Amino acid sequence: MPNLSVQLGPLTLPTPVLVASGTFGYGPEYAELIDLNQLGGIVVKGIALHPTKGNPTPRTAEVASGLLNAIGLPNPGAEGFIQEYMPFLRQYTVPVIVNIWGKTVAEYVDVARRFDTVEGVHALELNVSCPNIKEGSAMFGTCMDSFRAVVAAVRAATALPLIVKLAPNVSDIKEFARAAEAEGADAISLINSVPAMAIDVETRKPKLANVTGGLTGPAIRPFAVKLVWEAAQAVTIPIIGIGGISKAEDALEFIIAGASAVAVGTASFTEPRTVLQVTDGIAEYLERHGLESVDSLRGSLNTGSDAAVDTDSETN
Amino acid sequence: MYCQTVQVADQSEFQGGYRLLTLDAPDIAPEVSPGQFVHVRIPHMEESVLRRPFSVYRTEGPQLQILYKGVGKGTRTMTYLRAGDELSLIGPLGNGFPAPQPGHFPVLVAGGYGMAALYLLARSAPQPGIAFFGGRSAPDILCVDEFESLGWEVRMTTQDGTRGRAGIVTDEIDDWWAVRSDSQPLEVYACGPNAMLEAVARRAMERDWQAWVSVDRNMGCGVGACLTCVLKVKQPDGEWAWKRSCKEGPVFDCRDILWEED
Ligand SMILES: Cc1cc2nc3c(=O)[nH]c(=O)nc-3n(C[C@H](O)[C@H](O)[C@H](O)COP(=O)(O)OP(=O)(O)OC[C@H]3O[C@@H](n4cnc5c(N)ncnc54)[C@H](O)[C@@H]3O)c2cc1C
Ligand SMILES: Cc1cc2nc3c(=O)[nH]c(=O)nc-3n(C[C@H](O)[C@H](O)[C@H](O)COP(=O)(O)O)c2cc1C
Ligand code: FES
Repeated sequence: MPNLSVQLGPLTLPTPVLVASGTFGYGPEYAELIDLNQLGGIVVKGIALHPTKGNPTPRTAEVASGLLNAIGLPNPGAEGFIQEYMPFLRQYTVPVIVNIWGKTVAEYVDVARRFDTVEGVHALELNVSCPNIKEGSAMFGTCMDSFRAVVAAVRAATALPLIVKLAPNVSDIKEFARAAEAEGADAISLINSVPAMAIDVETRKPKLANVTGGLTGPAIRPFAVKLVWEAAQAVTIPIIGIGGISKAEDALEFIIAGASAVAVGTASFTEPRTVLQVTDGIAEYLERHGLESVDSLRGSLNTGSDAAVDTDSETN
Repeated sequence: MYCQTVQVADQSEFQGGYRLLTLDAPDIAPEVSPGQFVHVRIPHMEESVLRRPFSVYRTEGPQLQILYKGVGKGTRTMTYLRAGDELSLIGPLGNGFPAPQPGHFPVLVAGGYGMAALYLLARSAPQPGIAFFGGRSAPDILCVDEFESLGWEVRMTTQDGTRGRAGIVTDEIDDWWAVRSDSQPLEVYACGPNAMLEAVARRAMERDWQAWVSVDRNMGCGVGACLTCVLKVKQPDGEWAWKRSCKEGPVFDCRDILWEED
C-alpha cells in the first residue's frame, strides 16, 4: 500500500484529496453519506468576520459539463461558524481548513486572527478570488498590489498554515504564485471558479440573478491543469490543484503537472463519494506504477526531448 | 439518508405526458415520509453535473415510485430508462409534511406533480379529507382514483373546463369554504406551481388555517451544502433569512415564507 499522506509545508494531510470550499458545506451536510475521516481535508465554505446573506436566486445554472454559480458567499460569520460547526468538526481527525474572505484588508486580518486560537482549525485558505462579490474579494485576486498587501497582512496576523487561493483570470499566474510565496504563503491552491455567464435566449434574461458568475466542473479542468503546471514551475511551495476533478485520472493530471494535493469541488454534487473514489484510484495508480508516494509522481510530466516546455511561450 | 445505486423495476406511461418510474430501493423506500424527495443522477447524461429532485409518489415495501413529466433534457433522458437499468439515488431528503393531527380536517391542494407529492400524506392521514386538484386541461389532473379509493373527496378544476369546474383551483376552494358547516379546524397541505401556493397561503393567513406548502426551487446538491435552493423565510425578530428548501424544506409553514419576494 503506497503512502498517501502529503505534506503542505507545516500541514500534514492523511490523503492528497481534499474537498473544495463551498462544495461541501461545513462538514455535517455529507457526514451521513461518507466517513469524513477518510478525506485528505475539509475546506469549509468561505467565512467572513460577520454573517453575510449572499446573492438573490437563481444562484446556479447548469451548463455543458459545468456549473455556473453566483452564491455570493453567504455564511454565519466567524463566531457563528465556530459555535455552530466547530464542535461537530472536532469529533473527527480530518484536517479542517477554514476558507476566509473579507471586503477590506482589515476584515481579512480580523477574521484570520479570530481563527488563530480556535481549537481544531488546521489551516486557513485565503479566498482572494471569488468572482461573485461586488466589492473586495475578486479585486484582491487580480490586482497585484492589493494581492500582495492582503497576503502579507494575513500572514502577519496568523500562525496557522496559510494557503492562498489564486484567481484564474489573471494574465500571468506565475506572478501571483511567486508573490504569494514571497509574502509568506505556505501553499497555494488553484483554481477558483472562472468568471462566466449564460443567457436564456427566449426571455433574454441572464440565467443567474447576479448576471455573471463562476464556471466550475469538468469544463474548466484543462484550463486549471495548465495554470497549475505553470505555477508549479514558478514556486517551490506546495500546490493544491482544483478544477473539474471527478475521477482519479483527473486528479493524477494535476499531480503530474506539479500539484502536491488536489480538491474535489462540483463533482461532490454529482456524486458525493467522488472524493473517496478519487483517493482509491490514486492509491491503485501508485501501486500499479510501483510508486511509493504521491510525491514521487508530482511534477513528473514527460514532455519528451523536443517538446516545448517554455511556459512563457504563446499558443496559436 | 442514503446514496445508493438502485434498479429500475418498471417504467410506464401514465397520462398527460407523465410517466411512472418504479425503483427497487430497499433501503430508501421504507424510510420515506410524506413530502420527502429523492435526488436522481440520471444515467447517460455525462455532460450534466447536477442531479434532479423528484418527490416520492408511492412506496410499497422495497419499491418507490416517481411520477414525472419530461420538461427538459434530464427528464426527457429519464424516459429511456428500462427495467434492470441502474441509477444512483440520494434520499430520502427534505423535511416532509408534518403528520396530520386527529381532530383536524385535512385539505390538500395540488397542481402538476403536486398530486403525486401529496399521495403519501393522504394515505397516512388519520381521516380522509378533501383534495382540490387544478390543472390546465383534463390530462393534467392525476391520480384521482387513487385518492378516491382512500376515501378522499376530490374536487377538480381545469382552466379549459375539460374536467371538473372551469377556472382555477382557488375558485373551488372559496366556494367550498363559503358553505362549509363543519367546525373542525383545517390543516391544509399544498404542492404545485408557485402562484397556486401563494394564493392558498394568502387565504390560509386571512382565514386562520394552518397551512404548509411544498416549494419547488432549483437544486444543486440536494443535501444542504451548496446554498442553491434557498428562499426567504421570516425570522422572529422581523428580519428574514435564506432557508434551504432541500434541508429546512421543501415544506414550509405558509406564514413563514416571505411571499413578496417571489
Ligand atoms: C422538491 C422537488 C420535488 C420535485 N418533484 C417532482 C416530481 O415529483 N415530478 C416531476 O415531474 N418533477 C418534480 N420536480 C421538478 C423536477 O425536479 C424538474 O422538472 C427537473 O429538475 C427538470 O430537469 P430537466 O433536466 O428535465 O430540465 P432542465 O430545464 O433541462 O434543467 C436544467 C436545470 O434546471 C434545474 N431545474 C429546472 N427546472 C427545475 C425545477 N422545476 N425544479 C428544480 N430544478 C429545476 C435542473 O435541476 C437543472 O439543473 C421537483 C422539484 C423539486 C425541487
Ligand atoms: C457552489 C459553489 C460554491 C463555492 N464557494 C466557494 C467559497 O466559498 N470559497 C472559495 O474559495 N471557493 C468556492 N468555490 C470554488 C471551489 O472551491 C473550486 O475552486 C471550484 O469549484 C473549482 O473546482 P471544481 O471544478 O472541482 O468545482 C465554490 C464553488 C461552487 C461550485
Ligand atoms: S440544493 Fe444544495 S443546499 Fe439545497
